[in-house]
Amino acid sequence: MTAELLVFLALAGLALAGAVSLILQRHPIHSALSLIVVMAALAGLYLLLEAEFVAAIQIIVYAGAIMVLFVFVIMLLNAGAEEHTDFSRMARYAGVPLTGVLLLVLTFHVARASAAMTAAPPVEGMTRRVALLLFRDFAFPFELTSILILVALLGAMVLAKRDS
Amino acid sequence: MVPIPYYLALSAVLFGLGVAGFVFKRNVLTVFMAIELMLNAVNLAFVAFSRALGQPEGQVFVFFVIVVAAAEAAVGLGIVIVIARNRQSLNVERINLLKL
Repeated sequence: MTAELLVFLALAGLALAGAVSLILQRHPIHSALSLIVVMAALAGLYLLLEAEFVAAIQIIVYAGAIMVLFVFVIMLLNAGAEEHTDFSRMARYAGVPLTGVLLLVLTFHVARASAAMTAAPPVEGMTRRVALLLFRDFAFPFELTSILILVALLGAMVLAKRDS
Repeated sequence: MVPIPYYLALSAVLFGLGVAGFVFKRNVLTVFMAIELMLNAVNLAFVAFSRALGQPEGQVFVFFVIVVAAAEAAVGLGIVIVIARNRQSLNVERINLLKL
């Protein structure tokens, strides 16, 4: 067992524990902190996959900006613990087994279909190639994303504004 | 070198857990977080494929996914604030305005 595999297993275990904790926690703030753990573990996995740029924006944008927004809204709304409602009969007898089946089928097929897949030899300067692609071939979609962000910003402001 | 299928299996499990959270959680904010978890799982698959093929396109797609997730979080949380103000509740079962 190589050191790299050990690091992978540790980060994967952390991500899975965070995801399970997200579901099991009753209080939204605990769920949010669990999600931040998942995102930090995923950033580590991106580093293992030699995707440094993605690891950086994962921490800065996801764990930094988006999750801060979530935590901010949870505190703003003073969200308490989840109300405990009884599982409806349909959720208990259809929902839980179907979710389990989805989990198993998805994992099984993805793992089987990709069993023969091996990593390409490491490429020098992957971030540089990403930047060239992003700012040259994908320049138009990249500019469109700025319009998308602008529209989302205006939409959020309009939504959250109090009617006067 | 960690085999690529390990990453893809982890991605599939995280996606399944995101679906489970989306279906079972009652708090609308936690439901949103489950969606973010699913997006993250897909991002992991993109980066794993990018590594497997030695191509940078996968990482560019991850960039776009993160941009859309940021926009979605901003608009979605705005909607949550309005709902919480009007209904005094974050329980998705009480948010049934569109229900027949």
